[in-house]
Amino acid sequence: MANQSEGRRDALKTLATVPLLGAMAYGVYKKKQKEHYNRQAGNLFNVGQEQAERKVMDNKLLRLGVIGYGIRGNYLMRALGFATPAQLEDWKWQGSQNPDDTRYQDFMEQDDLNVRVTGVCDIFETYAREAAEAGANLHRELPGGRMDQTPVVYKNYRELIASPEVDAVIIATPDHWHGEMILEACRNGKHVYVEKPLTWTVPETYLVEDAVKKSGVVFQLGHQGRQIEINHKAKAIIEKGLIGKVNLIEVSTNRNDPNGAWVYPIHKDANEKTIDWQQFVGPSERIGEYQNYMNEFGLQRFVGPDSREKFSLERFFRWRCWWDYSTGLSGDLLTHEYDAMNHILNLGIPHSATSSGGVYHYKDGRTVPDVLQTTFEFPDRDLALLYSATLASEFNRPRKIMGTDATIELGSTLDVIVDRASVQYKDKIEQGLIKPGEPFYRYASGKSIDALSSATEMYFAQRGLLYSYVQGKKYNTTFLHLREWIDAIRSGSEVSCGIRPAFEEAIAAHMGTRAYLEGRTMYWDPDKREITRG
Amino acid sequence: MQLTALVVLRVLTGWYFLYEGLVKLLSPSWSAYGYLMDSKGWLTSFFIGIAESPVMLEVVNYLNIYGLVLIGLSLLLGVFARAGSIGAIVMLALFYLSHPPLMDVSYVLRPEGSYLWVDKNLIILASVLVSGVVFPTSHRVGIDRILQRKKKR
Ligand SMILES: NC(=O)c1ccc[n+]([C@@H]2O[C@H](COP(=O)([O-])OP(=O)(O)OC[C@H]3O[C@@H](n4cnc5c(N)ncnc54)[C@H](O)[C@@H]3O)[C@@H](O)[C@H]2O)c1
Repeated sequence: MANQSEGRRDALKTLATVPLLGAMAYGVYKKKQKEHYNRQAGNLFNVGQEQAERKVMDNKLLRLGVIGYGIRGNYLMRALGFATPAQLEDWKWQGSQNPDDTRYQDFMEQDDLNVRVTGVCDIFETYAREAAEAGANLHRELPGGRMDQTPVVYKNYRELIASPEVDAVIIATPDHWHGEMILEACRNGKHVYVEKPLTWTVPETYLVEDAVKKSGVVFQLGHQGRQIEINHKAKAIIEKGLIGKVNLIEVSTNRNDPNGAWVYPIHKDANEKTIDWQQFVGPSERIGEYQNYMNEFGLQRFVGPDSREKFSLERFFRWRCWWDYSTGLSGDLLTHEYDAMNHILNLGIPHSATSSGGVYHYKDGRTVPDVLQTTFEFPDRDLALLYSATLASEFNRPRKIMGTDATIELGSTLDVIVDRASVQYKDKIEQGLIKPGEPFYRYASGKSIDALSSATEMYFAQRGLLYSYVQGKKYNTTFLHLREWIDAIRSGSEVSCGIRPAFEEAIAAHMGTRAYLEGRTMYWDPDKREITRG
Repeated sequence: MQLTALVVLRVLTGWYFLYEGLVKLLSPSWSAYGYLMDSKGWLTSFFIGIAESPVMLEVVNYLNIYGLVLIGLSLLLGVFARAGSIGAIVMLALFYLSHPPLMDVSYVLRPEGSYLWVDKNLIILASVLVSGVVFPTSHRVGIDRILQRKKKR
């Protein structure tokens, strides 16, 4: 008897905790069930993307000419697969010092586009020579490696454009040269990839639009943001009506370092001998248009202050700081934001623009503002687009597209935050399937990530805006944008930033700029197709 | 009374391990990659090295998932609890060393609390040490009770 009860106590002590396994199993089952429902609700936003699939087509050799091999020209040539051996050696070394630096590896793995650079032109000797060295490095070799034929170095962009060895041109010169060079390319029937913004003056914008249309060249404006995957996703979500009606969009620029404020370093080899200043000054007709506008509206204080003819290394390397060459924050950075929203929401030219701001931080003699607010109104669409920029704070402000049912936040990830007051999701909110007011659905780097995602997915999501994922492979967005243009030249496929959105971009930016300079609202007259004043 | 308190401590830690393991087991895309890449402190390069080697990463993922589940079961049920406890201590020490709560480091994957030098891994480690190694509670409450008896006979 005593033995029996001892045995029972023994068994009890041995197995006392086993029932807890049942509790664990029940808990895990319930939790999984709940996650399942939450995931299903999250899948609402996991809509297919509109990004057109690329058909592999004719791959015949394309011969390119590159005009302007400064910061951007250098980047564009790299995106095409051309870098100087010295640059590659440097990246390789940097990569060996810092495992996070994968530039060398990324460059070497990039797809070959079957293009040759047959001509280059830059008015700074050193850059012209480096451009030629990069162009010759077809096989992506380190110093001492096998080089291909060296591209012809042209002293003047007209000669490059006219060359029968050049099928298409890439223009990466300062803003005041874009329009003139596009016109020249169109006259010669050469395809054009031109950096943003489209133009520097308002009158040339019409000439460029007309020339591109009439010449029939394949034209792409350099807003590589058109290739950002999360923007395509945002477009698809909005078009399905999943965030309701959008009345307000907020976009911004925040930077806080001298480079970000355009105070670029001055190259040690740069001087009056190595730079052809005459060619920097600008196209005379365009300068005339600029002067006329500034004179007509009493805006002389924004011109100069130095004379255009006077050689200046500051002006050469930091040209963005003076209206004499620049389009300011409006043309340089607002255009990226506006174009992204024009892409996602197909906004077109705004009905009106107001701007304010000033030179509040960089009092270094610049004439363009370093703080700028521009508001575009689109009454036909019942919405406003608010742009706000500072060059003296890096605070992170993701793009926000605010709808009646949810807001899309575009940063390094796409986040959907459902609105507490949403009518569309009322039931789901009440059932506890959707938590309003916090990121409910997240998308980045080619996959949907929900609130339950793992550390790995979050890790990837936090990087990656520079890249887009196409069928699981990482691509640089500038590479994709250039490839789209090349594909279009070869087989007539579509470009995503052709002359229509390019014209819209330029007019929107000019309206913002004029509103700032003149201190009053600018309007767009869609019938007369001109910018008017209130 | 003391015994009950220590058993409760062991069972709670076991539950914690088992659930962590099951969650990872049941989500197929789980990987330690992000966690390892976010390592800071003294052994950063070691942990990042693991993350960057696909083979090592695979092994570590596997060890982690099944390690957590087995350790969890062991502590919860009190079976082979000494081995389980030692395994737990090793794992917790690795977690601690990969993400030490130092004064000036911050993590992308932020911990849910605020820690300085002492974090939850260290505290759980201490609790396993007490309830599994210093006092082998499973010999009194748990399956080890029979195993122990059989061995004696
Ligand atoms: N899409 C983007 O993200 C992006 C990024 C940076 C710059 N950009 C655009 O690229 C353009 C160039 O910017 P950057 O930062 O490279 O400027 P930069 O000053 O570094 O480079 C401009 C280059 O053009 C050359 N140049 C000037 N006038 C010339 C002429 N008449 N003929 C031949 N070469 C001439 C200069 O010597 C210089 O090397 C700008 O319009 C800018 O808006 C776009």
